[in-house]
Amino acid sequence: MLHLVNKSPFERNTLDACLKRAAPGSAILLYEDGIYAALSGTSVADKVAKATNAFDIYVLGPDLSARGFEPAAVIEGVQTVDYDGFVDLTVEKRGVQSWL
Amino acid sequence: MTDATEASGASVTKRFLYVNRKAPHGTVYALEVLEMILIAAMFEQDVHVAFLDDGVFQLRKGQTPSALEMKDFSKTYRALEDYGIEKIYLERESMEERGLTTDDLVIPAAVLERKDMISLIDSMDVVLSA
Amino acid sequence: MKYAIVVNEGPFNHQASDSAYHFVKHALAKGHEVLRVFFYYDGVHNGNKHSAPQSDDRNIVRRWSQLAESNQIDLTICVAAGLRRGIVDDVLAPGFRISGLGQLIDACIDANRTIVFGD
Repeated sequence: MLHLVNKSPFERNTLDACLKRAAPGSAILLYEDGIYAALSGTSVADKVAKATNAFDIYVLGPDLSARGFEPAAVIEGVQTVDYDGFVDLTVEKRGVQSWL
Repeated sequence: MTDATEASGASVTKRFLYVNRKAPHGTVYALEVLEMILIAAMFEQDVHVAFLDDGVFQLRKGQTPSALEMKDFSKTYRALEDYGIEKIYLERESMEERGLTTDDLVIPAAVLERKDMISLIDSMDVVLSA
Repeated sequence: MKYAIVVNEGPFNHQASDSAYHFVKHALAKGHEVLRVFFYYDGVHNGNKHSAPQSDDRNIVRRWSQLAESNQIDLTICVAAGLRRGIVDDVLAPGFRISGLGQLIDACIDANRTIVFGD
């Protein structure tokens, strides 16, 4: 399954809700305000870095740059993808769940 | 499990999951997703409904929103069974965090451990989140 | 792949409609098929022809209409959610139509992937 998280972990609990219920081996895409969870140096960065052991975590590049961040600002182990990559992730995984 | 997503042909049965995470009344999602579930019941799919996090509050009995001139749709959950929607699950951890027990619920529903909710979610073809 | 897309939020208030639009555009460019974009909850407001954003901003409603026209995408507004919010036939932007929730379920059954964009 591909899990989508689109809210900041500092505003909403959807990142945690997702991390608690995603099966190991799932992919997680952080997009829209969810990109803030992908940044190194925040209070959630360790949690997200650790989560990369269980999940393939991605962040949507256009949403990063819209908010003033480069891929270099992202936690090691989180991969930056563009919209083509987003589409490819939905092909690769047999279902998509949005955490709203 | 069968990957029905690749099936072709006249009749496909998919595993649908409606995920409810929001409390009732503060937003419209609980009401409108219930309407969606009732319509989905007519399509002979394998429908599951999960209540997680604040979504468990949707099934709390004794809701009286009439003082706010809002609709009490909690009794509509009782119709789900008549529509053939029986796979209704609440997550145990979500209930416990919120001090809810099965005695507080407007309908009988299966309570799943989080680890079983993880497997349930992962098995779905279509997930509709409100 | 065949996609069913659900948009739960209206234009501008949330990024959901933008994200759905960009996803659809890229999916089409990669040769995938988008069976239907279904607008539910406040998503019905994406079909309101009276939306008039400032000229230096994207016109979300018109953009959907243009995508529908150039790619023959089915943009469906839920009738019940639309009625609640005043989105009825005479305010519909080009390319949108109003229909029931059954259209959403049909699309989810026929598609290989269903993606929800919301809050």
